Amino acid sequence: MSLDHADVKKIAHLARVDVSDEQMESIAKDLSNILGLVEQMSAVDTEGVVPMAHPLHMAQRLRSDEVTETDARELFQSIAPQTEEGLYLVPKVIE
Amino acid sequence: MHNKSITELAADLRAGDYSSVELTQYFLDRIQRMDAGLNSFVTVCSDEALSAAQAADRQLQAGQGGLLTGIPIAHKDIFCTKGIRTTCGSKMLENFISPYDATVVTRLKAAGVVNLGKTNMDEFAMGSSNETSYYGPVRNPWDTETVPGGSSGGSAACVAARLAPAATGTDTGGSIRQPAALCGITGLKPTYGRVSRYGMIAFASSLDQAGPMTTSAADAAILLQAMAGFDERDSTSADQPVPDYSAGLEDDLTGLKIGLPKEYFGEGLDDAVAKSVEEAIAEYRKLGAEVIEISLPNTHLAVPTYYVVAPAECSSNLSRFDGVRYGHRCEDPKDLEDLYKRSRAEGFGDEVKRRILIGTYALSAGYYDAYYLKAQKIRHLISDDFTQAFKQVDVIMGPTAPDTGFRIGERAGDPVSMYLSDIYTIAVNLAGLPGISIPAAPANGKPAGLQIIGNYFAEAKLLNVAHRLQMATDYHKAAPANLGQ
Repeated sequence: MSLDHADVKKIAHLARVDVSDEQMESIAKDLSNILGLVEQMSAVDTEGVVPMAHPLHMAQRLRSDEVTETDARELFQSIAPQTEEGLYLVPKVIE
Repeated sequence: MHNKSITELAADLRAGDYSSVELTQYFLDRIQRMDAGLNSFVTVCSDEALSAAQAADRQLQAGQGGLLTGIPIAHKDIFCTKGIRTTCGSKMLENFISPYDATVVTRLKAAGVVNLGKTNMDEFAMGSSNETSYYGPVRNPWDTETVPGGSSGGSAACVAARLAPAATGTDTGGSIRQPAALCGITGLKPTYGRVSRYGMIAFASSLDQAGPMTTSAADAAILLQAMAGFDERDSTSADQPVPDYSAGLEDDLTGLKIGLPKEYFGEGLDDAVAKSVEEAIAEYRKLGAEVIEISLPNTHLAVPTYYVVAPAECSSNLSRFDGVRYGHRCEDPKDLEDLYKRSRAEGFGDEVKRRILIGTYALSAGYYDAYYLKAQKIRHLISDDFTQAFKQVDVIMGPTAPDTGFRIGERAGDPVSMYLSDIYTIAVNLAGLPGISIPAAPANGKPAGLQIIGNYFAEAKLLNVAHRLQMATDYHKAAPANLGQ
């Protein structure tokens, strides 16, 4: 499986990572090589095999819906790039 | 002082031979003097360490505290440390001051440990050579032209150079065991879920596990004791009792059944490493163990499967780094999409981007079944190989890595050849089993690791098997030259 520039562009958009035109060629090559490595999987017969999502086959644990943490908004927002009145600021989304 | 075990240091502290402040200052001085040539630390926490050491000294003087009270260690920079910068080896988190401690950090603090600093690592734990770190490569103290392995390369190098008596590490596909092997130290990856992942920056959540990196199995037992146990803050934490890991260290190995997978001794294994591993196994025969050839027929599928599962989980986990709540944000974003895309492009290095992109592709519409689902099915087959093997044998042994530390830069341009460094360690993560790497005899003068794989929650058995070799041989005492006074 080999990826072309259009494929890389599409994946990069889905992943929200900017890829410059200069990087395109080497990224397409590296990703194609990795897919070449992964390709070995397709030869394996997995008919009837149950997918393994958890190494210990454990069910997801649930907890009761109780307040366990105290409010630490100021502390958490002290490391944010930009905040105002307790809100995280990003460029305008709705015109 | 730097060659003493944790048990010896603890006894000296209690006897009043020196204080924890003196011990801590001793290691801080070593780091100051020697780490410029190794780059094993990203952040050294002198003030915090000395104040923790003072508190430990007060406890010791009052006759309180445990074995780890006042013992300095280093944390891999993947563990969140409250008030201390936590970079995960990335530019993305260059200025990230964690608002909370990881459970591993909390537990070790409660045990009285002193944190010397945060160790260098491959960016977001993605790498096998420590060359993907934004903070520069770590050098192997045995030969500074070669890599220390990765991703816990800083932890391995600082313990090997005796800049810290022990360190924490994490292992998603071999990141504790492979650098331990390449640096000539002991590194244990526990069973998945044994040690809490809370506050450990996530790479691939179904594979990630934390463990100790030390100069002996006996020290690893002490550190694991403090690290292990159920944590309700980690949704995949194992609710299993924690045994006494030091109690059975010296148990006799007569009749122990050791399985040698033929797939671990084939093509691609360096001859000198093979010889070191065989020599270690011969020692086990002398200790009364029985050696049986076994087969793990799906071994060749471990690396391909891993490079779907791990990137898929990483692409999902790393979506949290978006330049909004913390971490790097680009200058003058023109809209929200530009903010995301440029912050991520600038904040992540090449290897991290590669894995995010591969993972995104594997999870994207139309490809999910062919990649992610297929990989999860093969993961089951790989896991079943081990289940079958453990019906016949108590532990599995083989090399940790196919060769010794390679030269810095040698494999940097070829990601796929780098991925093959983890060929013997990856299957253990896919199955969720515990594995330990301990030093075997040096291969051509460089460290080589023996890997011992155990059944689920058999950490005590692994430590016992490892410790018995360390009682019978001096492999683990070999240290790099120029360690200083």
